[in-house]
Amino acid sequence: MRRALPTLAVLLPMLVFIYLPVVTLVLFSLHDGRVPVPPFKGPTLEWYGRILSNPKITGATINSVLVAAVSAAISVALAMLAGWGLARQRVPGRKWIEAMILMPLTVSYLVVGLGLLVATGGLVPKSLALVIVGHVVLNLPLAFAILYVQFDAAQGRLEMAARDLGASERQVFWRVTVPSLRVALIAAFALCFTFSWDEFIVAFLLSGFDPTLPVVIWSLLRTGLDPQTNAAGTLVFLVSVAAALLVEAILLKRRKSDPVL
Amino acid sequence: MMATPSPEAALDRIAARRGMWLVAPAVLWTLAFFLLPTLSILGLSLYQAEGGRAAGALTLANYERFAAQGYFWQSLVNSLILTGLVTVISLALAFPLAATIAFRVPSHLQRLCLMLCVLPFWTSYVVRSYAWLLVLAPNGVVNQTLMGLGVTDSPLPLSFNRAATVMGFVHFFTMLATLTIFASLTRINPRLMMAARDLGASGLQVFLRIVLPLSVPGLAAGAFLIVVVVMGDYVTPQILGGNNDLVLPQTIMMQIQRRGDVPMAAALSVIMMVVVAAAYLVLARKLTAERT
Repeated sequence: MRRALPTLAVLLPMLVFIYLPVVTLVLFSLHDGRVPVPPFKGPTLEWYGRILSNPKITGATINSVLVAAVSAAISVALAMLAGWGLARQRVPGRKWIEAMILMPLTVSYLVVGLGLLVATGGLVPKSLALVIVGHVVLNLPLAFAILYVQFDAAQGRLEMAARDLGASERQVFWRVTVPSLRVALIAAFALCFTFSWDEFIVAFLLSGFDPTLPVVIWSLLRTGLDPQTNAAGTLVFLVSVAAALLVEAILLKRRKSDPVL
Repeated sequence: MMATPSPEAALDRIAARRGMWLVAPAVLWTLAFFLLPTLSILGLSLYQAEGGRAAGALTLANYERFAAQGYFWQSLVNSLILTGLVTVISLALAFPLAATIAFRVPSHLQRLCLMLCVLPFWTSYVVRSYAWLLVLAPNGVVNQTLMGLGVTDSPLPLSFNRAATVMGFVHFFTMLATLTIFASLTRINPRLMMAARDLGASGLQVFLRIVLPLSVPGLAAGAFLIVVVVMGDYVTPQILGGNNDLVLPQTIMMQIQRRGDVPMAAALSVIMMVVVAAAYLVLARKLTAERT
């Protein structure tokens, strides 16, 4: 008990600080009043009803899911191929290629968005496809970093065994490499999905007339504090948390099962 | 090349060719959609905008304008002050939190506790800044609580200033830095601390001479992530800071949206990248210390 007190003295105030905005956001999305400030009245689901029947918001949600799913899939696929190539095949200039793939991590999202805006120079119209291209730039290094460390000695021995037994490189990749990395692949996909789902500035600069959800929420902010924004924000948060919990659950299960796979 | 290639060399070449094909998509994507665009920012920054498009000869005029006009210069200074404040406060809050979880919380609860402490990390940054606005608004949660308790009669100006921006950033980075510092702390061999204790070191000495030096990689990793994001983020200062103490990303967006002067925005972006690169070079040594 004497040990627990200083621990709680640090943990509790920090938890209050960390959860204050989130709890306020979620609580006042249920507020029965036009301005989401105390005292709390309600609860009501009116604001959720309003945003779910707003075609602007539902359209943007579909755009966001599309962008997140496609960009995450491309990021993971490119990262997987590059990781396998660098780890298991002979590639000249390996260090340089690794550094180059990781390089976008050191640049802010604004620069990536502005770069694509400048490079396309108005010749390529702004579109969701351009947002996907930008999000792959942001997420490819992340997916690569997650997958690359998975090609360790134990995983290498599995591939070696398959080769000794006469499997072709193609068979090794699809029958051994991909299945043995499936956990990391799902984790990388979920992470890339959430980062793309949440991303604002690249989508804002490149999406044109087809905005994603964060861009629409941004435009809602002009009206000031509004329980509809709380409701939309809560939904965005819940999707991200669901993806994060999925990753956590997969990793937890993995630690408990076979340490090699 | 030898005249008679050995079978091994031939196999090597096949493996190398296969490796190149596997790496090519990721490399080409990065070249075409990251490196080339970044170079075109650099190129465009050397032209001047005339009637909404880049024209004329190569010039350093945009950089001269940056040096000459207090408005641009001040936004860089504001960005640096903001980044410094956020880095110091976030690390100062994250360290005790990470250390408490690593050393005080029973090991079977550590993972859960850490997850609980970083769950709101997953709020979208637009939504998170808006959530802080709800908390800090004149009639928001904090002000109403303070007035209810009789601490103050009129609402305190908590939003639309630098303090609000710092608050929004610190909230996010305390969670992030807790993760990087926790990773460093759990890698410290507990025997080092026990040995120091046995040799008569006080708790403070153990902290200053063992725990702190060995957590430098985690602190440096956290600091670098903070610098990259705070220097480059437009959303948090725009929502929480209002139109006061404009930072570099805000002046960049202003050039794009209001002035239509993309070359000037490009020049400001180049300056931003240079500052981040400098921070990286300073912190890189501390980061690589981890690997050796």
